[in-house]
Amino acid sequence: MMRYVWKIAAALLVYYSLVAGLTGEVPRMAILNETIRNIYFHVPMWFTMMALFLVSLIYSLKYLSGSSPDHDLVAAEAARVAMVFGIAGLLTGMLWARFTWGAWWVNDTKLNGSAATMLVYAAYFILRNSVPEKQKRARLSAVYAIFSFSLMIVFIMVLPRLTDSLHPGNGGNPAFGSYDLDSRMRAVFYPAVAGWILVGLWILQIRIRTRKLENTVSI
Amino acid sequence: MRNIFTLVGKEITLEWRNKYALSGVFIYVISTIFICYNAFRQMIDPQAWNALFWIILLFAAVNAVAKSFMQETRGLQLFYYSFLDPQQVILARIVYNSVLMTVISLASFGFYTVFLGNLVADVPMFLLGLLLGSTGFAAVLTLVSAIASRAGNSASLMAVLSFPILLPLLITVIRFSRNAMEGFSWSVNNPHLLVLLSLNALVIALAYLLFPYIWKA
Repeated sequence: MMRYVWKIAAALLVYYSLVAGLTGEVPRMAILNETIRNIYFHVPMWFTMMALFLVSLIYSLKYLSGSSPDHDLVAAEAARVAMVFGIAGLLTGMLWARFTWGAWWVNDTKLNGSAATMLVYAAYFILRNSVPEKQKRARLSAVYAIFSFSLMIVFIMVLPRLTDSLHPGNGGNPAFGSYDLDSRMRAVFYPAVAGWILVGLWILQIRIRTRKLENTVSI
Repeated sequence: MRNIFTLVGKEITLEWRNKYALSGVFIYVISTIFICYNAFRQMIDPQAWNALFWIILLFAAVNAVAKSFMQETRGLQLFYYSFLDPQQVILARIVYNSVLMTVISLASFGFYTVFLGNLVADVPMFLLGLLLGSTGFAAVLTLVSAIASRAGNSASLMAVLSFPILLPLLITVIRFSRNAMEGFSWSVNNPHLLVLLSLNALVIALAYLLFPYIWKA
């Protein structure tokens, strides 16, 4: 029973955020208008992506210290699922940008940082595919993941604070807590974040099980 | 420590003996600059001047450092493996590649000024950016070239792996040198300087810690 609780919670939280997010009261704001509801979907995608990349990073470190093939499997699959959430984050963000900033893509440090993160992990999978030998592949990709993740942190967390960004919380724009998240929105936003992170972990769990089954069947 | 200097010395001697590799990189830079000169004719925009310069340097760096671990024979690797610490090897490589990159970037700056004119207001500040950019590029590319060579793959893997992770460094150094071109005071550029320094420190520390694992592979 306990094994299902967090999955039930994930489903309920996401359904709640869908219903409450689309029907609930939101502040009337110029330019943003009704698109402000996108915050319940766009931002959780990034949080989930970061959470999964963190899982991938932790398992890469674990692999280097213990050389267990299972850790490598988790690291790779977490990065794969994180990529899916990252693409979803980019798409929801592009849609939002089209209706508020007027273009599908704007030259903004956060956008460029997230696009570069996608490129890094695409490179990570190219590296994985180009090494046939399993142990070597695991070791090299773990090293690359740790190295690149550390640099991406600088890209996403530090650089935007040095320049202007259209996103809230950077370069003189107020952080989003201070102006557009009133208490009604918080009541939807935080459950949405928690729900989507749990869904991400759930997908990860299924992926890992599938891969393990594939491995045993093929041998 | 002595081993590191011996290794750096050995690299320099080797490089000097096969002059074709080093002169290859120089010819590469000169011809790229010459192509840009012919393509652009008149470069009036300082921003484009700066961006183009760093892009030329980026490609030169990938070319120059890519061979770092690839040209080594199996026998030489075994020799290193049995007599040296991996940490000594990587530090020596980073030092050597930084020196190489600094020389290349200074020379490129010279050629670039000859062909496309000098638009830099604060030359010492620009040179500092050049130095920090060169060492940063060298350190990142050294580790990536170690990964790429162990993956048994060519220059294309090197480019795919290194370009996205060079972006933070590239963007910071482009901003830093743009401010130097405009002749802004140090106080404007200090945050960028700080980011550049810490990126260099971060990359070198990570390379130092992670290289032993590649070494074993």
